[in-house]
Amino acid sequence: MRALDKKLVYDLRRIWAQALAIALVMACGVATIILSIGSYRSLEETRSAFYERYRFGSVFASAVRAPLTLKERIASLPGVSAVELRIMQPVLLDVPLMVEPATGIAVSIPDHREALVNKVYIRQGRLPESGRPDEVAVLETFADAHRFTPGDSFEAIINGKKRKLTIVGTVLSPEFVYAIGPGDMVPDQKRFGVFYMSASVLRALYDMEGAFDDLSLTTLRNADLGRITEGLDKILKPYGGSGARSREDQLSHAFLDNELTELKAMAMIIPPIFLFVSAFLVNMILSRLIELEREQVGLLKAIGYSDVAVGWHYTKLVLAIGLVGMVIGVIAGQWLGLGLTRLYGRFFTFPFLIFRHSVDLFLLATGVTMLAAVAGAARAVYSTVRLPPAVAMQPPAPTQYRSLFDRSKRRFQRISRRTIMSTRHLLRWPLRTFLTTLGTSLSVTLLVTAVFAFDSIDYMIDNIFFRTERQDASVSLVKALPLDAQYSLRGLPGVKRVEPFRATLTKFRHGETEKRVPIVGISNDSRLLQILDVEQNPVKPPNSGLMVPDMLARQLKLRPGDQVQVELLEHNNRVVSVPVVGLVSSYVGLTSYMSLKSLNRLLREGDRMNGARIRIDASSLPDLYQEVKQTPVITSIALLDVSLQKFRETIRENITTMTTLYVVLAVIITFGVIYNSARIQLSERARELASLRVFGFTRGEVSSVLLTELGIITLLAQPLGWLLGYLFAWMVVKGFESDLYRIPFVISSETFANASLVVIVAAVVSALIVRRRIDRFDLVRVLKTRE
Amino acid sequence: MQKPIFEINGLTKIYGSGEVEVRALNGVDMTLYEGEMAVLLGPSGSGKSTLLNIVGGLDQATSGKVLFDGRPLTALNERELTRYRREHVGFVFQFYNLIPSLTARENVALVTEISRAPMSPDEALAMVNLSDRATHFPAQLSGGEQQRIAIARAIAKRPEVLLCDEPTGALDSKTGILVLEALSTINRELGTTAAIITHNVGIREIANRVFYFKDGKIEDMQVNDHPISPSKVSW
Ligand SMILES: Nc1ncnc2c1ncn2[C@@H]1O[C@H](COP(=O)(O)OP(=O)(O)OP(=O)(O)O)[C@@H](O)[C@H]1O
Ligand SMILES: [Mg+2]
Repeated sequence: MRALDKKLVYDLRRIWAQALAIALVMACGVATIILSIGSYRSLEETRSAFYERYRFGSVFASAVRAPLTLKERIASLPGVSAVELRIMQPVLLDVPLMVEPATGIAVSIPDHREALVNKVYIRQGRLPESGRPDEVAVLETFADAHRFTPGDSFEAIINGKKRKLTIVGTVLSPEFVYAIGPGDMVPDQKRFGVFYMSASVLRALYDMEGAFDDLSLTTLRNADLGRITEGLDKILKPYGGSGARSREDQLSHAFLDNELTELKAMAMIIPPIFLFVSAFLVNMILSRLIELEREQVGLLKAIGYSDVAVGWHYTKLVLAIGLVGMVIGVIAGQWLGLGLTRLYGRFFTFPFLIFRHSVDLFLLATGVTMLAAVAGAARAVYSTVRLPPAVAMQPPAPTQYRSLFDRSKRRFQRISRRTIMSTRHLLRWPLRTFLTTLGTSLSVTLLVTAVFAFDSIDYMIDNIFFRTERQDASVSLVKALPLDAQYSLRGLPGVKRVEPFRATLTKFRHGETEKRVPIVGISNDSRLLQILDVEQNPVKPPNSGLMVPDMLARQLKLRPGDQVQVELLEHNNRVVSVPVVGLVSSYVGLTSYMSLKSLNRLLREGDRMNGARIRIDASSLPDLYQEVKQTPVITSIALLDVSLQKFRETIRENITTMTTLYVVLAVIITFGVIYNSARIQLSERARELASLRVFGFTRGEVSSVLLTELGIITLLAQPLGWLLGYLFAWMVVKGFESDLYRIPFVISSETFANASLVVIVAAVVSALIVRRRIDRFDLVRVLKTRE
Repeated sequence: MQKPIFEINGLTKIYGSGEVEVRALNGVDMTLYEGEMAVLLGPSGSGKSTLLNIVGGLDQATSGKVLFDGRPLTALNERELTRYRREHVGFVFQFYNLIPSLTARENVALVTEISRAPMSPDEALAMVNLSDRATHFPAQLSGGEQQRIAIARAIAKRPEVLLCDEPTGALDSKTGILVLEALSTINRELGTTAAIITHNVGIREIANRVFYFKDGKIEDMQVNDHPISPSKVSW
């Protein structure tokens, strides 16, 4: 091996701990990109494969009762490739050992053939045989929530009659990746299930011989969905059709899409920040590390090595460190990405997973990092090789120190020389001090950026579950009943307050855009539902006109005072024009509000309600459930606590997992950077500090010089880090924001405090390591060599 | 007879072990007296620096004994050695080892701040004739001036001994003489014991006694009854 290469090996061995720390910082930047974008891509790919292989419908429609003979007409609509006519009806469940009432929908599967649309994936067992009235296949999530396996049975009330059903199989369906019950905000696998039964059986049970009430169809690639839905609406209108809808309004798809969009936003915005911050840090550290080699560079040049040879020598050093970082980063990113994909695959209950190996990501991430690393080294080498060897071989000439702390000024008389040493050193190279401070603050920044999502979620939870929805439970009724029904609800066990509401599904149209929107009418003295305006102040529902969520207003370009065309989908698609009188704040869903009176006026059915928010006495809950099960007009009762818990679970699955990973990576980066800064500071000043030891300064006194410096930098870095963190978090929020989705921009003081705490702990640990090295200085050796 | 300040007996320092064993010191016996000026001569690698480092409390001997003022140095622990250096010893090295971020005066003050009965930094600077450069930073001083600052720093705490390892090694004759003058002034006026390592044979003329080192041992010692002033040294 050539002498210079030997030097390389020795150098690497000497700085192995620092080199490893740098490699880890690089690895974290690379891994973040690969794992997050990689797993997002895999999930996205898996979803489309699932949709395609299991023929997920692209248009859905339902009617009250339509003849099967319509099939020809529907199939001949331009662009339609396959149609499946079916029965879809609500069922009430009576599950042993379950106190709260559970509901579900029964879905027919074709007799004697496979479904052409929305095929199910059989996880366990088989599908019901045609004509067997007691056989049912259930959604796997429901089965799992109840620990059901094929062979188990339960009772259900189907069309008013109690029946015993035996589970013959568990299935997954592209149509019900998420199964969300009526009136629920989030899926509750226990309280809501999907039950597949033979079509002939369901027809018989619901008196639907020769008829269907629901359909789903797939389309050709370039089909005009607008024309198909229009055509369907025309065909189904005489049969009580309630408006055809395309995929984007299909509940499960919309929900899953939303989750994937969040994931995408998390993957697309935060990791690039990580990558660039880590690249910057690596650049900075390596550049300083090589500046330390200044005298050696001078020496190598003095003995005749060319600038290029010297530059290449240090480039090799950086490449060696970078290579280790890249290998760790790619392997860790790939491995974590696979794990994450599996985890999410399980949350979303995909029947299979497709892993995408994103070569472009490998190239991008490693390219950016390596470039930054080599550039950092090049900067340092270049600035040194430019110097004449004689100058380079001497310690860098101390540029004029400021006369700060001039002793003649009385007020500084008491400041110790060691403090002066620390401060002067910091001021001597203001750029270096600034960069070190910036590096430290970027650690704070990364942590704030990674963690603040939790604050936003907390805020969202507070907004939804504590400020807006203040009921203990909400009940939905089978159909709209006269307002007097609230008195029967009031009479149920433990019910202390009842606030009726009326909800109806509509389609808003304004300009070119239309949107399916639920309208909820609530009474003016409503206390259990608190509508918040965009400034988060409670507002009353207006006497007439609509309050629409700001998000919906943006999508439809609506402003207060505008008239919006509202198609009443549950009332013969009658179209009315309603003024928008105000905007409300909403983080989930597009629900718009009216006063109960004015909505009922609009619907022309008299004063009616189809649900209520109630306040209850928790101790009478079992009695209440018992009563509700016996009360056929109540289709479901949803406890707010349970919704909150489900909401949290869903969030945890989706955001927390990813965020936690980011936090871990940010912590590693923090330690890598701060440890390196401290070690480099130590190297820069080893000689000086050893001299102090020789003069009889104690270890503690000598360490304090360096630790003061480290402390000053760490403290200065905090406010800067908070500021940058605030900025980056704002960028993340803006990046997340879409027509459909946004998160509130909230950062709690705890988040700032925690970020600082991590950085300070990292600084203290690094300080202890440095301190130990100072304690172990070999004084003779330090003094014998010139450097 | 003068009072001995260092009594060194059978001092041995071995680096490494087995095949690669180096005996830097191989049984050195030596006494230094209070107020004397000793010069240590000898070929490179003969163990001069090793001896000075051990005597100065910077390094540990393998075996043998060093008494400072009657107390054994070899028995001191790390913390006590630090105190010993702080209170009794002044060092001057070939590479001046000034703190670049401090002015000349502050470099001296660095040491006076932690000593029990120091002279003022200005007084110390006056002794090396550099009062006018007190507010300069090391980078603004010549090598010889830096070395004199280092001497001022070493003597400011009024140490009992001054240990100098090639203090003129990096200097020309004129500057070297200035440095030696500073050293001998301090030796004369403060009664500080001084041990000076040098490769410059001429310098032995200024010493009371001269020790010749060879292969880790003292080969010879000469007493010089009439030390000359540094300005008369033939370089
Ligand atoms: N850390 C060490 N490890 C191994 N051997 C050492 C070490 N330090 C010194 N030596 C050896 O000890 C011997 C004496 O070294 P020392 O530095 O005392 O010599 P010196 O007389 O001061 O020489 P010079 O005049 O060149 O400064 C030398 O042979 C040297 O190689
Ligand atoms: Mg020597």
